Amino acid sequence: MKELPKRLLGIIIVMILVIALIFVMLRIIPGDPASVLLNEHVSQANIDRLTKSMGLDKSLPEQFFGYLGGVLRGDLGQSYYMQQPVSSLILQAFPYTIRLTLLSIVFAWTMGIVSGIFSAMYNDHFPDYLFRGTALLGISVPVFMVALFLQYLFYYRLSLLPLVYDGSIVSMILPAIALGWNSAGSVARLMRSSLMDELDANYMDTARAKGLIYKKAVIFHAFKNAILPVITMMALQLAEMLSGAVITESVFSIPGLGKLALTALQTRDMPLLQGTVLFTAFLIAVGGILADFINTLLNPRLRLG
Amino acid sequence: MIKLLRQNKTALISGAVILVVIILSTLAPLLSKYSETSQDLAHRLMAPGNGHLFGTDELGRDVLTRILYGTRVSLFIALLPTALAVVVGTFAGVCSALFNGVIDFAIMRFADVMLSIPGMLLSMVVLYTFGGSLSSVVIALILIEWGGIARVVRTRALEIYQKEYIEAAIITGAGQGRIIFFHIIPNLIPTLIVLFTLNIPSSILAESTLSFLGIGIQPPQVSLGLMTGYSRQYLFQMPWLSLAPSGMVMLLVLSFNFLGDAIRDILDPKRRQL
Repeated sequence: MKELPKRLLGIIIVMILVIALIFVMLRIIPGDPASVLLNEHVSQANIDRLTKSMGLDKSLPEQFFGYLGGVLRGDLGQSYYMQQPVSSLILQAFPYTIRLTLLSIVFAWTMGIVSGIFSAMYNDHFPDYLFRGTALLGISVPVFMVALFLQYLFYYRLSLLPLVYDGSIVSMILPAIALGWNSAGSVARLMRSSLMDELDANYMDTARAKGLIYKKAVIFHAFKNAILPVITMMALQLAEMLSGAVITESVFSIPGLGKLALTALQTRDMPLLQGTVLFTAFLIAVGGILADFINTLLNPRLRLG
Repeated sequence: MIKLLRQNKTALISGAVILVVIILSTLAPLLSKYSETSQDLAHRLMAPGNGHLFGTDELGRDVLTRILYGTRVSLFIALLPTALAVVVGTFAGVCSALFNGVIDFAIMRFADVMLSIPGMLLSMVVLYTFGGSLSSVVIALILIEWGGIARVVRTRALEIYQKEYIEAAIITGAGQGRIIFFHIIPNLIPTLIVLFTLNIPSSILAESTLSFLGIGIQPPQVSLGLMTGYSRQYLFQMPWLSLAPSGMVMLLVLSFNFLGDAIRDILDPKRRQL
């Protein structure tokens, strides 16, 4: 990881640009934010006071650098609606989202990798068609449809699992499946194509020639190489999952980051929305470095280069 | 290409499904005796049957009619923002490939920034600023999709730029504009078609999701996601109310995914094995 300092610098630049972009996009709104928050019967003096306390009377560059300085100190501003520091709201919500995301990654990877391997090994036979069809169905179903279907089946019909999140790990199962469903489909598709490339490689012929059973060769040789692109996709999937978390958390009432962002939008809470978006962008950047790191560990070719 | 498409069974079937859906939703006003917004409170929440194939919703509106109208919105979202994102992405990608240096760096960093924010949250920022409406969703989708397209186009344009026929064109005295419009863009078209079809499913899914959460398209406009969102409260008593519109979203996305895969296989022979 000689490149690590360079990567970190790149991420810092991108993060500053993210802050600038979100900052500008949230402020090109017509009308001033303070009067939007209060109702029309409030006097001008009160509006002015709120504007001042929100720091909106300063010029845009002043506000921006003030905010940037705050971010460096870990201060993301004060939530308008909940009257708490944004950073503490985010830190309260974060553990729920990370638990949900990790569980659904486990689900998506198990499902995706197993069905991808079967698909590749039985290429163009019945199991392949079955798994390919399922995978395509997996990436085509809207997350909210999976969530509602799971609630209907496992709560209403079978009374097996709780309807919404109640703090127990059992009530996290349905949300994790709903969130991981799409990713399971894309992992399966990538696993299949990547494994099929490896199955054609010369070393597979060697492995077979020296008498290794086909299944063993697949698992011990091809799989190790085929998994690398799947790991690279992990960072991309993290972004997808944090997007999906907004729906899953709202359907299953999980007080995570997605729910927080949705509440921020619905209550027109600018600092909270800004902070949440920034934090998720940060998480994805960290996920990208992590995926690279794991890849370098697993792939000696990258370590030398 | 048309010939190859015709030989491909999945392309044929998914293409036919899409065509039928397009025809049905375009002819919706002629096919249905109900209007998508007219309320009939005496006949609210009716089970399927009795002249309403999928029953009626909480305001007595015919669900099937509303699905057909909602499908129109989904098809609009499938085509317009995706096409605009391809146009913007191509422009940015080609510029980036041709003018290396500061412009290339600036465009690509801008694309990085866009891609480092999850799509859902980026669209929420857009919806905060412009409010929930069809046009805000269009803007949000263009912002989400152009960056990825620009990256692919840039790489492909750089590849094309290395080709001998470009060198030949330069030697024969072709100007920058001629090279872009007569050599690079025509050769980019297969890539652009693939990028366009591959982005359609995510556009449809993003719109229905935002509308499901109540922050996308607003009533009285009809959207499949919005219908599912409202029907959610009757999920256990009347599951078909949520199932029918979200099932339509799934059918559309599935067909476009199949079609996109088939088109990519045909236009990109290297990956035909996939």
